[in-house]
Amino acid sequence: MPGNAVELQGVSKRYLLGEDHGANLRETITVLGSRLVGRARPRPPVEEVWSLRDVDLEVPEGEALGVIGRNGAGKSTLLKVLTRITEPTTGVSRTRGRVGALLEVGTGFHPELTGRENVYLNGAILGMTRKEMDRRFDEIVEFSGVERFLDTPIKRYSSGMYLRLAFSVAAHLEPDILVVDEVLAVGDAEFQRKCLGRMEMAEGEGRTVIFVSHYLDAVLRLCPTTVWLDAGRVVKAGPTADVVGAYLSTTVQHMGTREFASDPSAAASVTAVRALDPSGRPAVLLQRDDPVTLEVRFVVRSPLPTLNVAVSVENLRGIKVLDEAWFDSAPEDRGEPGEYVARVEIPPVLPAGEYSVSAWVGTAYETVVWEPDALGFRLEGGNARSDRLLELGLPWDVRRID
Amino acid sequence: MTSVADRWVENRAPTGWHKVDLRELWAYRELIVFLAIRDVKVRYKQAVLGMAWAVLQPLAGALVFTLVFDRIAKLPSDGIPYPVFAFVGVMVWSYFTASVQTAMSSLVGNVGLVTKVYFPRMAAPIAAMGPGLLDMGISLLILAVLMAVYGVTPGIALLALPLCIVVLVALTFGVGLILATLNVRYRDVKGVSSLLLQLWLFASPVAYASSVIRDRWAALYALNPMAGLIDAFRWSLLGTPAPKPSALIGLVILVLILVAGLAVFAREERRFADII
Repeated sequence: MPGNAVELQGVSKRYLLGEDHGANLRETITVLGSRLVGRARPRPPVEEVWSLRDVDLEVPEGEALGVIGRNGAGKSTLLKVLTRITEPTTGVSRTRGRVGALLEVGTGFHPELTGRENVYLNGAILGMTRKEMDRRFDEIVEFSGVERFLDTPIKRYSSGMYLRLAFSVAAHLEPDILVVDEVLAVGDAEFQRKCLGRMEMAEGEGRTVIFVSHYLDAVLRLCPTTVWLDAGRVVKAGPTADVVGAYLSTTVQHMGTREFASDPSAAASVTAVRALDPSGRPAVLLQRDDPVTLEVRFVVRSPLPTLNVAVSVENLRGIKVLDEAWFDSAPEDRGEPGEYVARVEIPPVLPAGEYSVSAWVGTAYETVVWEPDALGFRLEGGNARSDRLLELGLPWDVRRID
Repeated sequence: MTSVADRWVENRAPTGWHKVDLRELWAYRELIVFLAIRDVKVRYKQAVLGMAWAVLQPLAGALVFTLVFDRIAKLPSDGIPYPVFAFVGVMVWSYFTASVQTAMSSLVGNVGLVTKVYFPRMAAPIAAMGPGLLDMGISLLILAVLMAVYGVTPGIALLALPLCIVVLVALTFGVGLILATLNVRYRDVKGVSSLLLQLWLFASPVAYASSVIRDRWAALYALNPMAGLIDAFRWSLLGTPAPKPSALIGLVILVLILVAGLAVFAREERRFADII
């Protein structure tokens, strides 16, 4: 009967900001000194950040678990505790079997060393024995496709070659528990496909896989169960489709329209961000084949010469597909106090999917308001082919020439 | 793999002092070797003279010492030709400073490793002890040539050489561990330590014989583990008088340094990834 491969019980992780960072010997000595003479100044306030809070988790042997959540939700910290890179502040994390962590490709690669030397070094760093490396060396090299450059220092490699070699070593790890963090964010589509393929293989071989990603498609495909972290806590855990659905419904919680409480002392505030359908109504779902209008309402309270407003649109993989500003030049004759409505129409060029809108108000010299991920919208319909940023329906010219 | 698979590995909140997990370090022995080899390889890559530096450096050091301290300052050397005498001191001291400095930066120089992979952190300073041993091996060969040229023959004490080397590595490792731990938190350690190492050099019988230190200074001098150690190397290699019994005080200090280093490092190592 297969038991668990990973267990976390009440794991919390606290980081202290403002204490360890920027500490130097002089400050420490000054503080110690002033305490000795009894003139202890109050310590500068230390800000606590809980990256993880009471996380309980069990992963049965041979299962693949997805971990999703926004930036800063604690996903990476979870992996670091799990792989013992850092220790929890409270609670305990247990793993059974050899853990292979892929938190970054090419960890420990040294630019002066040759490809061959780096393969062995990286293998050792990732926990492979020399015997395993000897056995799999040819396979690794073949998979990477950089045979010809094996005896070249990798500082002469292109970034693509570097990535392929690094990934190739990692892909030939044979851990009992494979931990992967957002590796898909780097590299081209080809690389990402290879990466996913290897993970599917690992799963097929009965390894336990823990996979952190923004790339929900991949999580859906690879992992039967998923946990969703937010602000260090588990919000929901269970079958991936349910968890992803719940997760999406909160990012699109502000769908169609979002109003902001504004700070009356600020020079300017955004009061609302909306996504409008062709008839000008805030819409929850928009048709992929229709233009979408993004609206930003904002108040300017004191004159802001060279006033400007911008919106950017990111897809769910975190790629910024649009970043449009009202003006790219900066004439001085605008920025009178008052209420403004800014609208920009996006023609039907984006493929179906979820998008996140950020709004910015500022001047040529400074950012006055920045509302990241202010709003989500979903485009439906159209051709369901994924993996593209634009869907333009460009005209073709194809004819027989024989 | 099955033996590992049956064992639970725990990661829990720290509770005070830890002991050093020797079994785990043994499991990571290949990584230690690879890290040491990497340091050696990187050092000689893209250097026109390559490995010749390993020969030139100690020779140049002994030459400078001979010119300055023998010809100009006329320091005593226990009746041994000064170049041979100084060469032994320079060899021991070079191993010590170079390896201490490598150990000190073994973690802050590998931030990517510390924050992105797990390995017993002590592997890095252990690996730092390696490259210097290679240099010392080369220096010993040069020394053999110098001794033949100057007609110095070692005695039976030569058999104690491996023990001398073990003790030297122990001292170097202890100091290296303390500095590596401090360096993770305070980058000032680098500057402060190079100053202290320079002072330590003059407080050690590298360029002169420890027999010149007399009276009340001798007691203070005995506190320096390096003093007795260099004396022991010369006794073993050149047949100078054996270290005085007071050198045992230095040995006790050495053990204290090593234990302190191990304890401090083992206590702090699991926080390194958070503060580095």
